[in-house]
Amino acid sequence: MAKVELFVNGRAVKGEAEDRALLVHFLRENLGLTGTHVGCDTSQCGACVVHVDGRAVKSCTMLLAQASGSSVTTIEGLSQNGELHPLQVAFRENHALQCGFCTPGMIMSSADMIRRHPEGLDEATVRLELEGNICRCTGYHNIVKAVLDASDKLRKAPSEAA
Amino acid sequence: MGVEGIGARVLRKEDKRFMTGKGRYTDDMVVPGMKHAVFVRSPHAHARIAGINVEEAKKMPGVIGVLTGSELKADGIGNLICGWMIHSKDGSPMNMGAWSPLATDTVRYVGDAVVLVIADTKGEARDAAEAVDISYDELPVVVNAVEALKHGAPQIHPEASNNMIFDWDLGDEMATNDAFAKAVHVTKLDIVNNRLIPNAIEPRATLGVYDAAEDHYTCWTTSQNPHVARLVMSAFYNVAPENKLRVIAPDVGGGFGSKIFIYPEEVVCLWASKKTGVPVKWVGDRTESFLADAHGRDHVTHAEIAFDQNNKILGLKVQTIANFGAYMSLFSSSVPTYLYATLLSGQYDIPAIHANVKAVYTNTAPVDAYRGAGRPEATFVLERIMETAARELNVSPAELRRKNFVRTFPHQTPVIMNYDTGDFDATLDAAMQAADYAGFEQRRQQAAKRGKLRGIGMSCYIEACGIAPSAAVGSLGAGVGLWESAEVRVNAVGTIEILTGSHSHGQGHETTFAQLVTERFGVPIESVSIVHGDTDKVQMGMGTYGSRSGAVGMSAVVKALDKVEAKAKKIAAHLLEADEADIEINNGDVRVVGTDKSLPWFQVALAAYTAHNLPSGMEPGLKEGAFYDPANFTFPGGCHICEVEVDPETGVTEIVQFVAADDFGKIINPMIVEGQVHGGLAQGIGQALLEGTHYDASGQLLTASYMDYAMPRAFDLPSFRILTTETPCLSNPLGIKGCGEAGAIGSPPAVINALTDAIGSNELSMPATPQVVWNAIQAIK
Repeated sequence: MAKVELFVNGRAVKGEAEDRALLVHFLRENLGLTGTHVGCDTSQCGACVVHVDGRAVKSCTMLLAQASGSSVTTIEGLSQNGELHPLQVAFRENHALQCGFCTPGMIMSSADMIRRHPEGLDEATVRLELEGNICRCTGYHNIVKAVLDASDKLRKAPSEAA
Repeated sequence: MGVEGIGARVLRKEDKRFMTGKGRYTDDMVVPGMKHAVFVRSPHAHARIAGINVEEAKKMPGVIGVLTGSELKADGIGNLICGWMIHSKDGSPMNMGAWSPLATDTVRYVGDAVVLVIADTKGEARDAAEAVDISYDELPVVVNAVEALKHGAPQIHPEASNNMIFDWDLGDEMATNDAFAKAVHVTKLDIVNNRLIPNAIEPRATLGVYDAAEDHYTCWTTSQNPHVARLVMSAFYNVAPENKLRVIAPDVGGGFGSKIFIYPEEVVCLWASKKTGVPVKWVGDRTESFLADAHGRDHVTHAEIAFDQNNKILGLKVQTIANFGAYMSLFSSSVPTYLYATLLSGQYDIPAIHANVKAVYTNTAPVDAYRGAGRPEATFVLERIMETAARELNVSPAELRRKNFVRTFPHQTPVIMNYDTGDFDATLDAAMQAADYAGFEQRRQQAAKRGKLRGIGMSCYIEACGIAPSAAVGSLGAGVGLWESAEVRVNAVGTIEILTGSHSHGQGHETTFAQLVTERFGVPIESVSIVHGDTDKVQMGMGTYGSRSGAVGMSAVVKALDKVEAKAKKIAAHLLEADEADIEINNGDVRVVGTDKSLPWFQVALAAYTAHNLPSGMEPGLKEGAFYDPANFTFPGGCHICEVEVDPETGVTEIVQFVAADDFGKIINPMIVEGQVHGGLAQGIGQALLEGTHYDASGQLLTASYMDYAMPRAFDLPSFRILTTETPCLSNPLGIKGCGEAGAIGSPPAVINALTDAIGSNELSMPATPQVVWNAIQAIK
């Protein structure tokens, strides 16, 4: 059994799981954080993306044991003090979600993308950077719009990016 | 139009839970004592089961139970059914082979479920599944439907000789032959509509819970139509009587048709919960989705179209071989028949049409409805042959279409459909203008200077939604009625709950259905809640597929609202001492027209429940239900234009613009309609350029993961230009036609017409991958 200690959404958690347990299993089954989804078994769909020490990681591709000692943020921990993250607002305002299943991973990937591109984003870059996230509902049209919208707003008001 | 009423771009009420990780999908459900199930599936496409040994598996750590098909049969669980009867042209009923939820003697495709393993954890269930020892005697395999019909092909079901399920005709063959005899020009086309794998991002899942004390079952499941699931599992599979079976489809992560059908997994998990005494959860992994979700399309077609000297269409002949896979899925037989051949007249006035469809078993996954279901296949045949004909006749594709458009309504086609309304010139004009069609030649020349092949293609489609009326579909073989139900419950404080048999799995019903109520009574949208997806809450419903929720589901809500409004007006008239005919409900107030006498909406609701002062003889309460059975199909139509650039050195295609001009009739929420079109276009473009399903000769699915099956990614697609025109549907009270499938129906021929225009060859199969395109270019060099 793997024994781990980590921070999840700012809270210290300890846990124990099978050695083969993946981070996504621990988040969903042990912590009840079911916003992180499993949509494939080959690390392609990106429904399981979380942040580990500030970077986007596919939580289906990381053993729980590897995450010990890290700080993990899931979709449930993205909004702060009851305020939605600008990406969450932008996804709603641009109708960038339909069934909602890919949405948590899309938002977590996009947050990482915006962080890595302080110079701003254009459509081609957003489309390329979303390679690791599959959506079957939206045709990506409104997701791309939402990411660009949030990126612009965060550049104008960088304090909200915290 | 109010800010939250019909026609307003209201942001979605349901979004907050999805974007904060609080959606509740079937895999998120946890009940006390729940255990995890893994299905042992056939690795062979066709084999006799020589023996099943589960003894080692039963000894594995954490194992609760290992169950087989013979135990299932012994408990009286029935075989899976196809719910739409088709008769062959000789009058004989379709030849349906047996489909046991767990195979007992023969497996017929890779992925066929054989044994269920239940353990404390999913990992333990997987380990034990590895220890199940099934010995198989392999049998010859056929995966291609054309091959399966040939003499000497492997026989898949004893019930279907030569693997033929039915040999079905629609239209007048003699009249069509007569029309062809008068033809000045005949265009012929052989065409394949490629098999697709639906790939909702949420894999199918189910949680079966048997309560021994109550002798009651609960089934959480990823379903587009929980009531149909309950009906079928009660009436045909003998799981439990309806009053002892509750089916809940909570948040569902996309469907696209693939979650309409009742699959083996939910039946087996419910039965297994009783058998083992524990709640049993199964969550499919993606490989299982590829192997065992119902696939879509897979047609091989020969078509001929006849023209007179003025390029007017005289007749159309279509012969199609439809691959059904290894078993007849729930609505499989309706797809290449009444959802396909009935649409072959398209937007055109065609005097004579004859279609023949042969339905065939093969050793592949079952095929059933996938976004569009029959209509994309019909549109692909017709719009490819129209484009081909235009090139042969050396006339512009737009003009050939215009010459043949239906312009007077109602229009009776030779293939059952009666179009109530439409304006096909309007969508063609709108699309051509938005695409700057006139400026294309200049753009083509500019592209040529850059070494690129530029092409433009269009598709003018019609489709049929809200399949109905029930009596008509019953006469065509449907085992169910295709109405919808709704209940409007006004609470004593004036808030309103709408219970609907429609099911939302991404379509935004919690918002759009509430917009109807806001429009009617002027109450804030927050005071309206939509209840769906639970057979204990909503009495009955037919679910969501075929773009029917607006046209049929909302119409049922309108009927129930009519009744509520009538009763509320009676109560208000009594309280305000006015004539009922003078009462109007507006902006949350119930008032006497032309006076200052009014009551707030909530007071009328409260009066209905206190019942202190109601009109003589009136029952207390303010709650009404309605069933709505449409008078006709609805007929959305439109024009899609695609413009591509091909790199002749690599065969890589870039979509440089895509314009969709659609007539969906009345639109409740344009934002949501546009989103539906975007998603449909992505699936249609995916079919045209990316998504290929490949079985090898032994029946192994070579494209069983996202590493091998090319799902459209963000960088594969352009931003879309979406326009709408409006001719309201005449057969339902809101004038809605439906918008869910149009994108997937109209786009594949537009893309292929553009590509064939670009490369100058009509020989191009889907998906037109860079390799396919490059080979096509080389072939004409």
